[in-house]
Amino acid sequence: MSEHNSTELPLEETVWTQKVSWIDKVPRSVGIAMVLGAFLFLWWFLSTSGLVPSIILPTPMETLDDLIFVTENVLRGDYIASSLWTTMRTIFFGYLLAIVIGFGLGVLVGETGFGERSVMPLLVGLDTMPKVAFAPLFVAWLGFGIASKVALATFIATFPIIVGTAAGMHSADQNARMLFQSMGASRWQTLWKMKLPTGLPQIFTGLKIGAVGVMAGAITGEFIGGGKGVGELVRLAATQLDTPRVFSLIIYLSVIGMLLYALVVWVQRWIVFWKKEQVLANP
Amino acid sequence: MHQAATAAHTSMHHSETVYELTNVGKTYGKDVVALENVSIALHKGSFSAVIGSSGCGKSTLLNIMAGLIPPSKGRVVLQDKPVLGPRDDIGMMFQQATLFPWRTTIENIVLPIEIRDGRTAAENAKSRAKELIELVGLKGFKDAYPSQLSGGMAQRASICRMLITDPAVLLLDEPFSAVDELTRDFMNMELQRICLDCNATTFLVTHSIPEAVILSDVVYIMAPRPGHVAEVVEIDLSRPRNLDMITTPRFSEIVHHIRARLDDEAGQ
Repeated sequence: MSEHNSTELPLEETVWTQKVSWIDKVPRSVGIAMVLGAFLFLWWFLSTSGLVPSIILPTPMETLDDLIFVTENVLRGDYIASSLWTTMRTIFFGYLLAIVIGFGLGVLVGETGFGERSVMPLLVGLDTMPKVAFAPLFVAWLGFGIASKVALATFIATFPIIVGTAAGMHSADQNARMLFQSMGASRWQTLWKMKLPTGLPQIFTGLKIGAVGVMAGAITGEFIGGGKGVGELVRLAATQLDTPRVFSLIIYLSVIGMLLYALVVWVQRWIVFWKKEQVLANP
Repeated sequence: MHQAATAAHTSMHHSETVYELTNVGKTYGKDVVALENVSIALHKGSFSAVIGSSGCGKSTLLNIMAGLIPPSKGRVVLQDKPVLGPRDDIGMMFQQATLFPWRTTIENIVLPIEIRDGRTAAENAKSRAKELIELVGLKGFKDAYPSQLSGGMAQRASICRMLITDPAVLLLDEPFSAVDELTRDFMNMELQRICLDCNATTFLVTHSIPEAVILSDVVYIMAPRPGHVAEVVEIDLSRPRNLDMITTPRFSEIVHHIRARLDDEAGQ
């Protein structure tokens, strides 16, 4: 029997490879370059082929030319630079206010039965309203200056921060609550040493959604309320059918948006160091 | 076995009673009786377990003993003082290790001190924490974060956190039910070693009959509707226990008796 086995069984190793589709093997950087390249080609093709008039869609080259003009203007500290500065200040103050108000209300709603029963339903009701519709009201109340834009930006960015904070306050499990109760911890200690740290990932999710909202609020505020910000420049360029200018201003705005988002992600990595792998998985 | 049961209280009367519950009852709302007439006495240095199916009031009993919820009837007395809320002479351990991921192992262990006496006291308690870390076999992991610990190691750390306040009684709520079976057997033997080392008075809630028998001096069998103690079984296996005892006839006999009793109660 053993002789039979030793002669009949193949002696080669039975190593084999699982099939992986080529598209899943493309490295990340190559993949991003490919998608970007395809997008630029499609843009170039549509704008140069005559299918779309250049007054509606400028060519990538026209946009690049204008982007260089805008960049020179910004570097000289000319009027586009001061518009960017105005919009960035609106975003800064709007986000700061949204964080303070959103975090405060979130803790109130998440921590107290009163907040959950009496404040949360009102907040949910407010949140379902189209918040942009309040913009004319803010202009009427606060004027055409930066304050009415800050108000709208804050108004839009606050709700996700409230919801994130309130959800975070509820994320601690039953065991952790019982442990703190059995140690005789005060409400304050339970909040600072357990509920808030446990809820930080959700709080940062709210902050990231709020960072997107504060951009939208600031620009919308400038569309509707005029003033000196980038939103007003975008509106002017669009009425003059200067589409390359609209495109290059949008590119500048998206860079500001990405920088703000990246800043929040960086702070999250630094503070919530025990959950590094989930930082990019969140919205 | 029934003689053994009645002897449970008398045979250990030589050591002092640390924790005593007398005719304790708990009613939720108007007429949901979770617990009725439960009397339990834990003697210094003894290991007791309560076993029963889900809904027999085990958790209610444990929460009353921990001072987390008030009883509706009866007396609950720990070290001659009535239990009227959470106390620092009670140590607790849960199914999950419940370590906080932003704290290192040693910072997690001194947390009860930090809560009770503040940061300076917690800093001073670290030398005691180091001794406990060595006692449970976690040497070299004091500055590790919980994500670097296995399930069994995390539970060892939570044992240290329970012991750091030198509690008079340890309340364990199915402490190793979340770790795998092999680790669980091993951890149970470790638990026995640690409890004998500290002469701890321990009360364990469990679903596992073999676990209750191998660890305990006394097993309380609980039955539902309403939750009450159906029988008290004294385990006369010698100490220290080891896993080989599981194969002895005496062990099987006790396990069989408890299982039959639980089946009876479930059938009623």
